[in-house]
Amino acid sequence: MDVKKIAKLAHLEITDEEAAVYSPQMAKIVGYVEQLNELDTGDVEPMLGGLTAAGEATDAIREDEARESLGTEAALSRAPASTDGHFQVPKVL
Amino acid sequence: MLKNEIERVLTNAERLNDRLGSFLSIEREHALARAEAIENASGELPLRGVAVAIKDNICTKDIRTSCGSRILANYTAHYDATAVERLNAAGAVTIGKTNMDEFAMGSSNENSAFGPARNPWDPERVPGGSSGGSAVAVASGVVDVALGSETGGSVRQPAALCGIFGLKPTYGRISRYGLVAFASSLDAIGIFGSSAGKIADVLGVIAGRDPLDSTSADVAVPDYSAMLDGSLVGKRIGVPRAFFGEGLDEEVRAAVEESIANFRKLGCEVVDVELPHAKYGIAVYYIIATAEASSNLARYDGVRYGVRAEDAHELRQMYFKTREQGFGPEVKRRIMLGTYVLSSGYYDAYYAKAQKVRALVRDDYKAAFANCDFVLTPTSPTTAFRLGERSDDPLAMYLSDIYTVSANLAGLPAISIPCGLSSEGLPIGVQLFGNYWAEGELLNAANIYGSEHPLDAKPLIHAE
Repeated sequence: MDVKKIAKLAHLEITDEEAAVYSPQMAKIVGYVEQLNELDTGDVEPMLGGLTAAGEATDAIREDEARESLGTEAALSRAPASTDGHFQVPKVL
Repeated sequence: MLKNEIERVLTNAERLNDRLGSFLSIEREHALARAEAIENASGELPLRGVAVAIKDNICTKDIRTSCGSRILANYTAHYDATAVERLNAAGAVTIGKTNMDEFAMGSSNENSAFGPARNPWDPERVPGGSSGGSAVAVASGVVDVALGSETGGSVRQPAALCGIFGLKPTYGRISRYGLVAFASSLDAIGIFGSSAGKIADVLGVIAGRDPLDSTSADVAVPDYSAMLDGSLVGKRIGVPRAFFGEGLDEEVRAAVEESIANFRKLGCEVVDVELPHAKYGIAVYYIIATAEASSNLARYDGVRYGVRAEDAHELRQMYFKTREQGFGPEVKRRIMLGTYVLSSGYYDAYYAKAQKVRALVRDDYKAAFANCDFVLTPTSPTTAFRLGERSDDPLAMYLSDIYTVSANLAGLPAISIPCGLSSEGLPIGVQLFGNYWAEGELLNAANIYGSEHPLDAKPLIHAE
């Protein structure tokens, strides 16, 4: 398992030392979860979410109507940096 | 005077927190102001003046919600979670926000970025996790009820290790609006209580459909407190004998066996049930939970809220450094595992496979409940372990949850009930699973058991 490559996919910067710790730990966990291969699941319908039958029967649709939203000021108030009503980030290139 | 009572609770919380680390914040001013407002409020308030502790991954307006993480160390939500809003409307008083494993990932509370919580029965031992702080706040006698959250046993396991009651309701019973997402198909808000009755009072207030959470189910909320005077005569308890094998501590086994005998004396009939796929629960869980977590935690990028790395001068570098500095090792490990199992070429082998086995786990329970009212197992395979004991071996830590995760996978309600103390004086819990929406029956059983067989000792560190 190429832990450095996985970290990159996940937008995590990890050092070589960290990779050396994570690599055997993750290999052990992946080895453990592979016990699922013992089971023949060819005909099984997957359980796609957590909903119960009553949850699936619940009508979660509502009218598409305008509602008050958070507002620019409040939305930006928790941002590490903002400018002129926008989130501000370091240069892209 | 309500204000005096809340003052007493706050003082206890502050006095014990150095030794127990159960609170990440104690909200003295907020709580006293609330107490005053409630004192003068008219009308029926079912939880008037009840002090509650809230796990720090449940959003509270104007009170910090850190999720036990550096990356949210400065985050204060704009809104209350629906559960908190309903508690407030019922007259409850939030005392503070409780310690937890970072983003609810852990079984010992050692993964908190702000230091561990400690078990009040023996402060050299863990309280369990991830909702460790909430469990400790109740077990140490500071509050009678606290909110926690469960993705895979994170309320029931610490409840067992701390000698209190802990309920994980049916998926969709309590709105998740404002519960910071970890693995959305598993996450649920749960409740700790010094008794089953205290949990019933709170569940009745916070349960029920919420338009802000499309997974909250439109199922009527019964009067749980009124269901507690029932009897257990004739109830059928299914016991999966395979759960009592390898890996189960001898003293835990003995205590749980004794609780089975006690349930019999209370009029229950004990039958064998088979849950052949439950042993795959941890494997299924660590695929599904990490996959969903890797997706949910992508939002922490240093742009809209939370802590941004200071030393980045370019956008992509800012993402990487923010996440590197903001997340602890277990969160990184799980994000990476989730990324791996979802990555191109592996999806079918891991995630799709796990969803199929998840269905098999659920179907086992459906079959079992055709033949019994409750399924009984130990809550945790061991009593509270020492701090540091499992830190270097993630898989050993994951196996702490071997008996609890199947309820999350199947979406079933389950409750941990204190059922004894080990020779070292550490609490042991027994767990009952109920059928979907059977929280009332579970609370009734827990209430009867707790009244007939209370623990005959108090923790070493206790408010009284």
